[in-house]
Amino acid sequence: MTKRKPLDDSSDWTFNKLEQYQSEIERVAQHYRLDTYTNQIEVITAEQMMDAYAGVGMPIGYNHWTFGKRFIQTEQTYKRGQMGLAYEIVINSDPCIAYLMEENTMAMQALVMAHACYGHNSFFKGNYLFKSWTDASSIIDYLLFAKKYIADCENKHGIDEVEACLDACHALMNHGVDRYKRPQKISMEAELKRQEERETYLQSQVNMLWRIGADNETEGKKIKATFPTEPQENILYFIEKNAPLLKPWQRELVRIVRKISQYFYPQKQTQVMNEGWACFWHYTILNHLYDEGLVTDTFMLEFLHNHTNVVAQLDYNSRYYSGINPYALGFNMFMDIRRICENPSEEDKLWFPEIAGSNWLDTVHFAMENFKDESFISQFLSPKLMRDFKLFHLHDDSDKNYIEVGAIHNQSGYQQIRTMLSDQYNLSNLEANIQIFHADVSGDRSLTLRYIPHQKISLADSKDEVLKHLYYLWKFDVKLLQENKYGVDEIIAQCPEPDELAKKKATI
Amino acid sequence: MTNFIDRRLNSKNKSTVNRQRFIRRYKSQIKQAVSEAVNKRGVTDITSGENITITKKDLNEPVFHQGSGGIKDRVYPGNDQFTSGDHIARPPQQQEQEQGGQGDASDSGEGDDDFVFTISKDEYLHLLFEDLELPNLEKNKLDKVTNYKTVRAGYCAEGAASNIDIVKSLQGSIARRIAMTADKRRKLKTLEAELTLLEQDRHDNTLAKHKLITAIGNLKEKISKVPFIDSFDLRYRHYAKQALPTSKAVMFCIMDVSGSMDQATKDIAKRFYILLYLFLTRTYKTIDVVYIRHHTQAKEVDEHEFFYSQETGGTIASSALELMIEIMTQRYNEKEWNVYGAQASDGDNWADDSPHCQQLMRESILPKTRYFSYIEISQRAHQSLWQQYAQLADTDDAFSIEHIKTVADIYPVFRALFKRKKVQAA
Repeated sequence: MTKRKPLDDSSDWTFNKLEQYQSEIERVAQHYRLDTYTNQIEVITAEQMMDAYAGVGMPIGYNHWTFGKRFIQTEQTYKRGQMGLAYEIVINSDPCIAYLMEENTMAMQALVMAHACYGHNSFFKGNYLFKSWTDASSIIDYLLFAKKYIADCENKHGIDEVEACLDACHALMNHGVDRYKRPQKISMEAELKRQEERETYLQSQVNMLWRIGADNETEGKKIKATFPTEPQENILYFIEKNAPLLKPWQRELVRIVRKISQYFYPQKQTQVMNEGWACFWHYTILNHLYDEGLVTDTFMLEFLHNHTNVVAQLDYNSRYYSGINPYALGFNMFMDIRRICENPSEEDKLWFPEIAGSNWLDTVHFAMENFKDESFISQFLSPKLMRDFKLFHLHDDSDKNYIEVGAIHNQSGYQQIRTMLSDQYNLSNLEANIQIFHADVSGDRSLTLRYIPHQKISLADSKDEVLKHLYYLWKFDVKLLQENKYGVDEIIAQCPEPDELAKKKATI
Repeated sequence: MTNFIDRRLNSKNKSTVNRQRFIRRYKSQIKQAVSEAVNKRGVTDITSGENITITKKDLNEPVFHQGSGGIKDRVYPGNDQFTSGDHIARPPQQQEQEQGGQGDASDSGEGDDDFVFTISKDEYLHLLFEDLELPNLEKNKLDKVTNYKTVRAGYCAEGAASNIDIVKSLQGSIARRIAMTADKRRKLKTLEAELTLLEQDRHDNTLAKHKLITAIGNLKEKISKVPFIDSFDLRYRHYAKQALPTSKAVMFCIMDVSGSMDQATKDIAKRFYILLYLFLTRTYKTIDVVYIRHHTQAKEVDEHEFFYSQETGGTIASSALELMIEIMTQRYNEKEWNVYGAQASDGDNWADDSPHCQQLMRESILPKTRYFSYIEISQRAHQSLWQQYAQLADTDDAFSIEHIKTVADIYPVFRALFKRKKVQAA
């Protein structure tokens, strides 16, 4: 490679220098076929970064006390020096918005640009989950619509009403995701128009449903039609469409929270991959620039220092251990894929016959586009990496008074560790599996849900509180069942509480 | 394609609304914390904000999530001693770590700490004095109009040279010049058009041309003679006087410093005075504080001496009231000043003096003051001064008495004194 005159490596950044580095990074990114949305790089101050934190990744957030709480928390921990702020935040939108902090040095800004504007950005554009679940071009418009709509609701119905409704929706936010259906893409104007039509239409549908129930009763037919016909896991969607007494604007709030939950769902599923991909590329791109002679040793030392901190993995017995670092796992997996392609060992050829010796660039792109954390790990975690990380598996059964070491990083354990680690990133194992399986449309209108435990793990105590929120939305009795060990359904939570019910009946 | 945007100058307080929402939601808890904190606070510390503690349990955002128990399979890095099949004793409190994988990652390390945050001075004072009001403010508002403020009131044609408004004046000048020359310019235009026609003509037309040129010259001269600026154009900024309710207040702090008042009692009094002072700053811009201490004789002193110097001897409360009346007549005209008074005592007074105190209060002080409060700091039964004052308090709105036993009573008593009187209004 021909050596070029290096870029200015003094640590203060200017917009001029940012643009120079950016255009070089862009050139290299294109060389590696990174396909990205247009970048919109915004330089912000630390205070603004805390604002961005509080918005949990939404560049335009509606007003709610929980964001205030998050802001105060961030501010407090930051002021006490317990936490540094992230160097960047990047938003899955088109154009892709990346926030750079003013305090960063030039080397850090370059790292962040390569990481966020080309790493994350290309991931947002290329990964299949993001392609089918989110629409980057409409999200900003949709958030604007949501903010305005909620502000209007506050004016019309009062802050307290809106807050109570949003609280209830937030409690069920994790259960507002469509796992199977694909969302349609829709822009702001279309959304506005549809929203009005939907309000009247939805209400009429709800009325229809409940009227049918009433008719059946009067005709005295004893048809026990179950509703819903199949168990529903998207609780918020079910509420939005079927809750009998919700006002139209409340339905719209449910929908907004549901939509936002859906927008973030792919990010939850691809944490390791997304961060790994971004780290892989900031490392590869900046090293490429170094090989070309465009960045100096001074620059590289600072960059490597930060990079190493980010991708460090602490051991299980470290005081500061807090789980497997997604940056470390993801980065090393992508580096490992490249190694398997370029220098496969005999073991790799056995484990990865398809990719060993293939074009590494094609392979990493293929891996980025077609997997999520769970499948990515079960597909690409190599024995070498398990040895490097010294992974071991603990089997903890609360019925026994000891914990068993299930598998370690050896020949007989590789498969099991890989499966276990993959399961550890399987959201359907991590999130409580709760489904609506009966709404008594022809009777007392009560709603029955069922909790299906994963590996006998019971539901945490917060269930009673959440059920109150669900009751707020449904407005009739809500019951949560779980099958006990004899195969009989047991009520594990209900709202209102049974003694309250008894009291109510007594007074009638 | 990449765009750089510098957002550093945008407002940084995007979260202010959400922060206010948060405070609004937890107002009752925060208020509780504030009223507890006010008594713990250092007496000289009046300008800082306050740390507010709310138990985390109250702030919960509940979601369905998996609890403890059951079978858990986890993978850990850094194996240094285990082989498969090893049994490890279960470490205590292991569940917390297990939950780290789900929920809010940043929260998991903190456990059940209380949620502590700082509210600003303004927020603090707002919460501290919420629902309180200065009594009798409404009634006297109008007859207290003694201050004037100069405000802009448009433009006028005459005035002092220093008030000339250049822009307005030049606007006038332009308008006048346009108006006065419009006719001549129109003529000039036609003449010039004729001249160009003549010049394009093949014939010489010297005479006609000459005539036109002179006419044009005359017109131009006339136009140029219209003055650039005329005294007629000048516009002056006009000011008017606007009546303002006075925003000056004086606060009389009267304290008994006889031998029976110990430092603890004085401290209680001081806290009370500070609350009163803070409260007054919310309504009035400038506040004078006059400290009067007394035993058998009264004396005006500075703050430090007022609170910290020791005296002994008997007590004649009326001496302080007399001094207050004297100072009022000399320095604080009730037309200009809003007068507030607060008297603190342990209740001891020379028995014969108490009726005199009541008389002074009724005849000379209360007619001139907005509000006078008497607080008695003692653990004992009330004595003559309280009884005399109690009669007065029954009949006069602007006078009230309260009894403080311990530090914890200060804030509730203060609230009782200044409680917004909704019942009266209704």
